[in-house]
Amino acid sequence: MSTATIAGVPVELDAEGFMTDASQWTREIAEAIARDNGIDPLTDKHWQVIDFCRADNEAKGTPPTVRRITKGTGISTKEMYQLFPKGPGILSSKIAGLPKPKGCI
Amino acid sequence: MNRLLILGAGTAGTMMAAKMRRALPRDEWNITIVDQDNDHLYQPGLLFIPFGVYDESDVVRPRARYVPKGVDLLLSGIDVIEPGENRVRLMDGSLVDYDFLVIATGSRIAPDEMEGLTGPGWQKDIFDFYTLDGATKLHRALEDFEGGRLVLNVAEMPIKCPVAPLEFLFLADWYFHKRGMRDNVELVYATPLDGAFTKPMASKKLGGLLTDKGIQVETVFNAGSVDAERKILASWDEREVPYDLLVTVPTNMGAEVIERSDLGDELGFIPTDRNTLQAEVAPNVFVIGDATDLPSSKAGSVAHFQGEILEHNLLAAIAGEELAPDFDGHANCFVETGFGKAILIDFNYDVEPLPGRFPLAKVGPMRLLEESRMNHWGKLAFRWIYWNQLLAGREIPLVQAQLSMKGKENPAVPQAA
Repeated sequence: MSTATIAGVPVELDAEGFMTDASQWTREIAEAIARDNGIDPLTDKHWQVIDFCRADNEAKGTPPTVRRITKGTGISTKEMYQLFPKGPGILSSKIAGLPKPKGCI
Repeated sequence: MNRLLILGAGTAGTMMAAKMRRALPRDEWNITIVDQDNDHLYQPGLLFIPFGVYDESDVVRPRARYVPKGVDLLLSGIDVIEPGENRVRLMDGSLVDYDFLVIATGSRIAPDEMEGLTGPGWQKDIFDFYTLDGATKLHRALEDFEGGRLVLNVAEMPIKCPVAPLEFLFLADWYFHKRGMRDNVELVYATPLDGAFTKPMASKKLGGLLTDKGIQVETVFNAGSVDAERKILASWDEREVPYDLLVTVPTNMGAEVIERSDLGDELGFIPTDRNTLQAEVAPNVFVIGDATDLPSSKAGSVAHFQGEILEHNLLAAIAGEELAPDFDGHANCFVETGFGKAILIDFNYDVEPLPGRFPLAKVGPMRLLEESRMNHWGKLAFRWIYWNQLLAGREIPLVQAQLSMKGKENPAVPQAA
């Protein structure tokens, strides 16, 4: 665990750069993490996913899977990979200030 | 007369029928159990069918033989569950009212979820082994296989028995060795996980075995489609894995009735309290086995451990008492590693598989997270235990419902000399 300053805010990060306290998150932090991961700018579609992830994590206590995001937002899996290339599940969580989604058992 | 209704006469449902028939007075409680057919499938045996170790006669028996006396067995599909009305509508249109409901409808494979999977290659050079039909046809395909690239793909998590894909590959390695053609076969494991298994120590151990056996691994591979003409499995991020024979573990989903009844999550698994097994939808509804949305393994051992806690909680709920939050996610799995050996793993929500001895410290006789012949014999002996002890809802000596740290060696905590 380490402390970093993102978008002017000191935040706690785990070894893989996921925020450990979702309440420290701001929309500016999301934009900065997205830029670091090659996504610039965040479009309305990105925000739709990020807002869903945060709301779902709040409700369920765990970040949603890609399948859950597609069902909840109506955005297709194919589109998810265009929005968050390489790893939409992991990347959407990281940008939303949530923990790394656990591979189910 | 009160009624306890159990949906599904598989491992979990049959076991609960036996337990509850012993626990509830016959003059006060009717127990009814429903399933769509009379074929009880010993699911752990499916793994051995492709390799000709077992065939159909080893794994199928009539459900009716294992449903205890004093329990009504109805053979019918289930149309819809109506928790608001305390009733279930069967496919023949009849209604069954209940006072308490146990949902044990399990999980199923849904190969149609992946584009192209059930296209022209299905059961020609693409096979599953999670159904009796698939496992039997795969056996013939393996017998006819003359060499090439065998790819095993897990479509997405969670799946029933998360170690089964690894066991399949270990047994395939052994099978092709025995046929003297291992050098002509490339074995490839394409998995959405970032390693061999979901928990670090077991992932390292099992990943090491894959390497030792010359099995290639494609990690973080989220398969999106199959091109049956070109024989290519493609991921969503556009990686391509060519195959000659594709063995798929398709997306696992809950029973269709769960979706029809709007009781499931995005995969049709039922939101369930992770410690009490009570369904979120209503206080007189409980869920057991593969049908839950819990982050525990979907495995027979888990259903067995849940059974003891569910019996207690059903009786508590009937008596209007508080439920015990006692289910800890305990799972206990034999992992066949080929050449007559197996690994045993024992873990729960919080404790990952650790090395050591099981069930007794020092004595064992099983070894944890280590290959041994005794573990393999344990796996084969389990079939007898399954039909004779487990389905009858009896305890297994020395193995408790909750995980025990006895015999486990935690490398993070040095053992006293």
